[in-house]
Amino acid sequence: MPVRDWFKARDDRRRYAPVNAAQGRSEAARGAWHKCDGCGRIMYGGERADNLCVCPQCEHHMAMSAGERIASLVDPGTFQEIDEGLTSRDPLQFTAGTPYAEKLAGARERTGLNEAILVGKATIGGAPAIVGAMDFRFIGASMGSAVGEKVARAFELATAERLPVVLAIASGGARMQEGMLSLMQMAKTSAAVARHDAAGLGYVAVLTHPTTGGVTASFATLADVTLAEPGARVGFTGPRIIEQTTSEKLPKDFQSAESMLAHGMIDEVVSRDAIAARVASLLRYLVPRDGGGSVA
Amino acid sequence: MKRYVMGFERPLAELESKLDSLKELEVSEEPDLAREIEELTVEVDELRGTLYSALSPWEKVQVSRHPDRPRTQDYVAALFTDVVELRGDRAFRDDPAVLTALATVAGRRVVVLGHRKGKTARENAERNFGMAHPEGLRKARRGMRLADKLGLPIVSFIDTPGASPGVGAEERGQAWAISECLATLSSVRVPVVAVGIGEGGSGGALAIGFGDRLIMLEHAYYSVITPESCASILVRETDRAGEMAASLALTAQDLVDLGLADEIVGEPRGGAHRDPEAAIGDVGRAVVSALDALSEREADALVEERYERLRSIGEFTGVG
Repeated sequence: MPVRDWFKARDDRRRYAPVNAAQGRSEAARGAWHKCDGCGRIMYGGERADNLCVCPQCEHHMAMSAGERIASLVDPGTFQEIDEGLTSRDPLQFTAGTPYAEKLAGARERTGLNEAILVGKATIGGAPAIVGAMDFRFIGASMGSAVGEKVARAFELATAERLPVVLAIASGGARMQEGMLSLMQMAKTSAAVARHDAAGLGYVAVLTHPTTGGVTASFATLADVTLAEPGARVGFTGPRIIEQTTSEKLPKDFQSAESMLAHGMIDEVVSRDAIAARVASLLRYLVPRDGGGSVA
Repeated sequence: MKRYVMGFERPLAELESKLDSLKELEVSEEPDLAREIEELTVEVDELRGTLYSALSPWEKVQVSRHPDRPRTQDYVAALFTDVVELRGDRAFRDDPAVLTALATVAGRRVVVLGHRKGKTARENAERNFGMAHPEGLRKARRGMRLADKLGLPIVSFIDTPGASPGVGAEERGQAWAISECLATLSSVRVPVVAVGIGEGGSGGALAIGFGDRLIMLEHAYYSVITPESCASILVRETDRAGEMAASLALTAQDLVDLGLADEIVGEPRGGAHRDPEAAIGDVGRAVVSALDALSEREADALVEERYERLRSIGEFTGVG
């Protein structure tokens, strides 16, 4: 089933709007039991999905698939995926650890996605935008050539059509298995964001758990307005590496969205059920001087 | 003289110390000594040539970190005149791990950027081993913007294991500091020549480490992650860093093969640290000739070509 079909049938009850069972997870997963990573509460898969993967007991924000994320963000039925077929190759024939070719094949099989980001056109609160969401299940939503290409194309399309960009981001960083080609995606994506910015167009980033490494240090932190989910880890170097290399004692809320807010690095911590409405408000403001474009 | 010996150089070091002890003897007392010294000198030189002509990626990483390897400040001191250093990010402090300066090379006014490793333990403590904090990268970005405003080319020396890891760096927005440099450097309307002179570690290197030309010294490396961190993350064994170095395609030649670097500047036999003056001179000629070539480009064309250069990087397919 093409990924775009996931978004066609969608139940529309709100407060923790429900997402279609097929949106990135199988019926079986909906029927399965899940344990909250926050408080340990056991919940039925359907209950979890209906609650936007937020624990009803402790409000812990659990990981969402890219499909579930898009569904939670856009106006029902408006998402049209673009560049859905793009996927990384194995340019270095990288075999250290699990061979990269196997990792890619496994991630595709497991997620039903071709890469770690979904991108498309949609409306949010009626406002047209280029919208994307990353999927941590796909090799830690790391950025290789294809993720970089999809992000760059998203900003280029948005620039051409004079649209804002809204990205829900999660990532472990650059995809090591593509070596320097993945490091350079940081410069490539940042260059595309810079052009979109210079064209007077708006960009909203929603940072979700975890947003780290080379993705944080490129397109994720170049937005006009940056939101983050409660408890999301947002940072460059991971806590384990910092502890290993500096033997510094890490503050309790180190790299949490709340701490990054207090340090002035993001604009707001927004709970998941309120994100779509907040983005809709922002899109009312992030309009270029000429009024911008619209989704055909 | 005590030498810093890398593992792969041990056979060479043994011959060298033998040579040193021969040289201490009185030539007049040993008639064959002069000839022996001469022969051994040739042998040492040949062995050095053999070793350095076939360095593994991991050996190159070690050479790139050699404590006597010429640093950014050595290149700046030797190649540039009328150097005026800019200090501070105007928000927090001056980061000595990053150099930003107005300078003149071959009669051309430029902005110089560079990671500034130290040579002694004390210098390295002050300069954090060339690992920039956010304020260091923000100082570099001041340099980029000034270059853009004045129409001065940018020459950037890459030599860092990575951006500084730590609580302070994170709280002051290390990731933001890097991404802002990337956005700015990609769009400045002046020529940008980047030179890999030693270590090119991850985002901290990239923040000032790309442009219209990328010149790599023969034994410099540039990588998405240091081999040690890669080993720690992928296989959880840091002693497999050598294997990771080979997998990551991080040598100057790998970068040329991947279409990322334009030129390799050969190093003196035995590495840049054996003859810093020669290495610095060769880098200087490569930089000046790149600046000459780029200076004829229109600003619009230059920026467009830099964008296309970045846009063309990546290996992917469009399945389905």
